[in-house]
Amino acid sequence: MPVGSRVAVLFSAALVFAGTVLGARSAAAQATVSVACGSVGAEFDLCKTGAEAWAKKTGNQIKVVSVPKDSNEQLALFQQLLSQKSGEIDVIRIDVVWPGLLAQHLVDMGKEVPRDVIAQHFPAIIEANTVSGHLVALPAFTDAGLLYYRKDLLEKYGRKAPTTWQDLTETAKIVQDGERKAGNDKIYGIVFQGRAYEGLTCNALEWVDSFGGGTIVDGQGKVTINNPKAIAAIKLAASWIKNIAPEGVLNYAEEEARGAFQSGNAVFMRNWPYAWALSQAPDSPVKGKVGVMALPKGGAEGKNTGTLGGWQWAVSKYSKNAKAAVDLAMYLTSPEEEKRAAIEVSFNPTIPALYKDKDILAKNPFIGELLSTFTNAVARPSRATKSKYNQVSSEFWNAVHEVLSGKSDAEASISKLEKNLNRISRNGKW
Amino acid sequence: MAVAQSQLTRQRRRAALAFIVPMMTVLAAVAGWPLLRTIYFSFTDANLDNMGSYAGVGFANFASLAQDPEWWHAVKNTVEFAAISVTLETILGLVIALTLNAHLAGRGIVRAAVLIPWAIPTVVSAQMWNWMYNDLYGVLNYMLLKVGFIDHPYAWTGSPRLALAAVIIVDVWKTTPFMALLILAALQLLPGEIYEAAKLDGIPAPKVFWKVTLPLIRPALMVAVIFRTLDALRIFDLPYVLTGNSRETASMAVYARQKLIDFQDVGYGSAASTFLFVVIAVFTVVYITAGRVRFESR
Repeated sequence: MPVGSRVAVLFSAALVFAGTVLGARSAAAQATVSVACGSVGAEFDLCKTGAEAWAKKTGNQIKVVSVPKDSNEQLALFQQLLSQKSGEIDVIRIDVVWPGLLAQHLVDMGKEVPRDVIAQHFPAIIEANTVSGHLVALPAFTDAGLLYYRKDLLEKYGRKAPTTWQDLTETAKIVQDGERKAGNDKIYGIVFQGRAYEGLTCNALEWVDSFGGGTIVDGQGKVTINNPKAIAAIKLAASWIKNIAPEGVLNYAEEEARGAFQSGNAVFMRNWPYAWALSQAPDSPVKGKVGVMALPKGGAEGKNTGTLGGWQWAVSKYSKNAKAAVDLAMYLTSPEEEKRAAIEVSFNPTIPALYKDKDILAKNPFIGELLSTFTNAVARPSRATKSKYNQVSSEFWNAVHEVLSGKSDAEASISKLEKNLNRISRNGKW
Repeated sequence: MAVAQSQLTRQRRRAALAFIVPMMTVLAAVAGWPLLRTIYFSFTDANLDNMGSYAGVGFANFASLAQDPEWWHAVKNTVEFAAISVTLETILGLVIALTLNAHLAGRGIVRAAVLIPWAIPTVVSAQMWNWMYNDLYGVLNYMLLKVGFIDHPYAWTGSPRLALAAVIIVDVWKTTPFMALLILAALQLLPGEIYEAAKLDGIPAPKVFWKVTLPLIRPALMVAVIFRTLDALRIFDLPYVLTGNSRETASMAVYARQKLIDFQDVGYGSAASTFLFVVIAVFTVVYITAGRVRFESR
């Protein structure tokens, strides 16, 4: 069966029918701007109310389009739309790894947006959204991998919060064994995202970067992954499986890891900031027992790091109302909107000044404590690898997954990865 | 032997044509056209990012497909999955159908109940099983531990040894009812006299099964098996929901989708889809010819 075309047909159908007209008020309005909001509960409302406020302020109309939940599927949808040069959606929300894939279809914000507005945001995030000199999107909120730990258990066993991964390995083992002896036979030392998907790329990049093992492919496009530090990092992680991490972690995404940690079955967890608010919910079994910190260093010479995530607003080149669309993107990324997002749904702002904002810190104190984590975040090599990023990421997570599951050893797997990446990139030319 | 057709025969032919043409037109539009386009694209270097411009590359896509170990792993997964799941479903379906065919009290309710797994959308049942399979809070490990079948919780979908088996288990759970229903329909058409005769002659039950029941339901069984096998060979939703793009369980369809959508390589992905189509077509032809399957009753 022609699976591909079927999927393609499905996606385009979904797109055509998904458009829900929400704001058709005055016929005298200047323009109708369609905006693709994320579809997970809170973020959809946040985006809708923001866009409606803009429409009211400027006298334009908006049309809110909902998109699939899964980011891979959103990307496929946008790619099809944009490759058909469709003006169906004017403003889209893109992941931090997509600029390289979509740049040729997006408006250069650098030409449209005043310099001082751009300069409000973290330079690293602006750089991540810049492709060959063009700024293709304005950042809305940012993410970075964090380490969650059980304050109560570390205290019970007299352990400090770990500064290195080696430290963490030791502490996790001590607490896990102690708790098991005490009767909690389901507890494990650490959970993370080990499923063969983009999340594993984020996790593994953190291990490798914290050891000083580079970013898989460097800024010039050279494949750098086959080095002793990267191999040592992946080896250490592989030693966790069945030892301090459950074997099931090989199929865990964010929510499975949170499920284990929040039900009290893990001492440490690597996850994104969203897990904080949920772990502190009134019905959470670990409420008040959780600490958040930057991910540990890879040994004494290593560094604290976290993979950069986050979302940004971009405008399609094929938009018929590009001017109004850019204005909406600017509104959605303004300090006022980012502050509202930080307070209402604890999204991390992309504007450094907001990390000192009293209202935000009163509601979500951890946002201020983690400022340095967000400024030190490591970007996935999506800019250097351009349209091949998905392939690179897939090769990387598969290679790491094979080592974690014990199917091959780190040296063999990483050298095979290096060969494959060189083939995909035609020796670093991309 | 040219016999002049009567007026009535010609009229009936025309009427039949009038009924068939709309259906054929719709089929050509929704199945034929996408299929032809997929085959066409498999000989090009088309990219999802810019579908407007592409060039013919001959058999280059098929050549690199043949050299990709990941593809052959997907082929192996698919064939293994299809062979094991269809075999288990046939055996279990037969057992269930024979049971339901017996005159038991309340069998109407049982028959309806058996169909429930089949009525649940695959994506929903896959996600449901994903939670039941969870190694820490999954109910499956809990039950197996309680009755002592296993001594520690298994990572059903995580462990490379168990992942494909986990996918097969869900498929068997889901599609056995379909098999059972088709076989039950065949069983109910069997004439009662043969069984009465066998009973009078004092033939033991197992012999009746092998010599009477099985040969009589064979045509229906063959059709049921071919439907299931075709379905199993193009499996996509189960492995995709349970384990994503993991190489341990990726089927040919999962592989093709990843290349086509995630990697935007329309040419290469179409080549994989086309190959999958050829495999299914060849299998069908061979099976129908060798098994002398008849789709209409004599």
